[in-house]
Amino acid sequence: MSAESIAVETPPAETAGHAGHRSGERRALVSVNDLKKYFPIRGGLLNRTIANVQAVDGISFEVKRGETLGIVGESGCGKSTTARLLMRLIEPDSGDVIIDGKRVGADGMSLRGMRRQMQMVFQDSFASLNPRLTIEDTIAFGPMVHGVPQAEARTRARDLLAKVGLDPNLFIRRYPHELSGGQRQRINIARALALEPKIVLLDEAVSALDKSVEAQVLNLLMDLKRDFELTYIFISHDLHVVHYVSDRVLVMYLGQVVEIGPVDEIYASPRHPYTQALLSAMPSMDPDNRAEKPPLAGDPPNPINPPSGCRFHTRCPFAEDLCSKRSPTLELVDAAAGQFAACHMTSPGSGHSKAPQKRATA
Amino acid sequence: MTMSVTEAPTPLAAGSAPDTATGRTLVDVRDLRVAFTSEDGTVHAVNGVDFTLDRGEVMCILGESGSGKSVTMRALMKLLPERKTTITGSIMVDGHDIIALDDAAMSDLRGPTVSMIFQEPMTAFDPVFTVGDQIAEAIRRHESISDADARKRALELFELVQIPSANRRLDNYPFEMSGGMRQRAMIALALSCRPSLLLADEPTTALDATVQIQILLLLRQLQRDLDMAVVFVTHDIGVAVEIGDRIAVMYAGRFVETGTVRNVFGHPAHPYTRGLMNSTVKGSMRGTRLQAIDGSPPDLSRMPPGCAFAPRCGLAEPVCFEQYPATESVGERHVAACIHARRLVATAPGEAITKAEASS
Repeated sequence: MSAESIAVETPPAETAGHAGHRSGERRALVSVNDLKKYFPIRGGLLNRTIANVQAVDGISFEVKRGETLGIVGESGCGKSTTARLLMRLIEPDSGDVIIDGKRVGADGMSLRGMRRQMQMVFQDSFASLNPRLTIEDTIAFGPMVHGVPQAEARTRARDLLAKVGLDPNLFIRRYPHELSGGQRQRINIARALALEPKIVLLDEAVSALDKSVEAQVLNLLMDLKRDFELTYIFISHDLHVVHYVSDRVLVMYLGQVVEIGPVDEIYASPRHPYTQALLSAMPSMDPDNRAEKPPLAGDPPNPINPPSGCRFHTRCPFAEDLCSKRSPTLELVDAAAGQFAACHMTSPGSGHSKAPQKRATA
Repeated sequence: MTMSVTEAPTPLAAGSAPDTATGRTLVDVRDLRVAFTSEDGTVHAVNGVDFTLDRGEVMCILGESGSGKSVTMRALMKLLPERKTTITGSIMVDGHDIIALDDAAMSDLRGPTVSMIFQEPMTAFDPVFTVGDQIAEAIRRHESISDADARKRALELFELVQIPSANRRLDNYPFEMSGGMRQRAMIALALSCRPSLLLADEPTTALDATVQIQILLLLRQLQRDLDMAVVFVTHDIGVAVEIGDRIAVMYAGRFVETGTVRNVFGHPAHPYTRGLMNSTVKGSMRGTRLQAIDGSPPDLSRMPPGCAFAPRCGLAEPVCFEQYPATESVGERHVAACIHARRLVATAPGEAITKAEASS
């Protein structure tokens, strides 16, 4: 493994900007550079492209080995598209994904090789299982496709079933429709682990479950992470769950990263006004401390024609002229913690009245 | 058209149960049971629900999928498929015996007396008519009013639910609106005939957090301004805390614990309520293992004879599997159906309690 990883060097410049290398001890396992995906909308007489949904518009981040990166944002912000781009279920328009030092694509790591390293669990536990395959076949299918002998693949399926807390003797012959939602999601997790990946992408993997079952599955995910030394990319709209599982959090708004940093810093002192609004929209769970005023008005704007400049300026309480003209870049706001935000207010000398005058921290 | 049903504030206590002393009781449900029959057997969705609701009061039913919360709501609205459903018990809403009413009389009641909002407003609206037309139609169904006046009312309603550029939005088709906007339009439709009881079935579940809080605040404000009684169904404790005065925790078709928000979440007395609270993830639980409830909810077509929660309960005694526990009063308007209720109510919510401690 280590011999291979020296072969291709991680491109420095862009990736270097985003945490990772700063803390030094753990190297990035996944790095994403300027990933972009526009979905064309066709129409008119000649079926020409009349507009683009800017689903993911130039995002970059790194995931370190063994950590959990939480990705949060409202619906339509591009969280799921990002996951699908990472898995190459959708081909990106531009940008690179580098896994363990190797670029995914024609001249680097093959898709097959990439998928041995990275697997995904989807939100809809039923739709993501083949209704005609038994549980055993479902889990053993991946390894068999990747050249594991049938007998070994079946043994692996049984072992994994036990690992995800289902008795192999009871479940191995069953079909997906015979299982409850929580059980199906355990099967999906077992299937994702069947190729012994290093990275698991969890796209709203617990969102459709009841709270009591969600807690069981979260406990399971934590156990598996420890036992198999996994790295998670955990996508969710549930801010409480993301707070619970993540080491670092990435906040997305309309296809762009607005803030990224360690979970405690993000939740304790969010710097981007969108992150602040998102966090204050969390129910307080305290009857004596109910919300009195909504933190944001209106729905997220349409990603087809996103607002100019900073995409959040139409809902931002601090927006100034500048915000609609120039889009802010993701900049370091807390060097010690490695927290980045894309806001003119945190960018020294940006011209926003609330911005610090000049660079205070070097 | 058996009776006049506008928002008459006169206490219509016709035949209502004992505690109508104040004449404020709007809903009185006694021993409600709902079962669905099919070829595969009988599903017992609701198994004996009792509650009363005063005018202007908000009750929140908290439960997981399959707990019977939505079925209870639909029974109040008489929306369950008649042929396959067996309903027993009594449901009195504003003096009307809902179970006995025929279809025509029930249609007259839907709108002015009881009205409902659903989780997915896209499926609640007709996609081929503008929302403005649909609201005007609902008003004209119940009141003799001109087209122009109905439209004016629809506009007022849109302003009431804070839809920006209301006049233009009335001419939108449902698909032209965003999720949050559609839910506001749905609320406008539900309020169009000034109901005295609003049923809200997970109206914010499909919405983003930032939009959810807007809708919750709107509902709370409208409820106060219009002095409506609201039954709000949710699976989310966070939402329940934001909206409810009273909480009813539902499990396998029964209310297992009821009380004020402060009592139920401050001093939970039923093991299921405690389990639900402990398995609701909060950021402060970081680094600790979640105390999940083991197992999964019971199969409603094969209901166990005793407490339905017993197989998942760490405190279950042999008697729990045999007979359903009596409801224990553990505080002012705070009751729970558990043999350990008194012991549990005195133990802090997050604190584990052993079987020995519980029964001592």
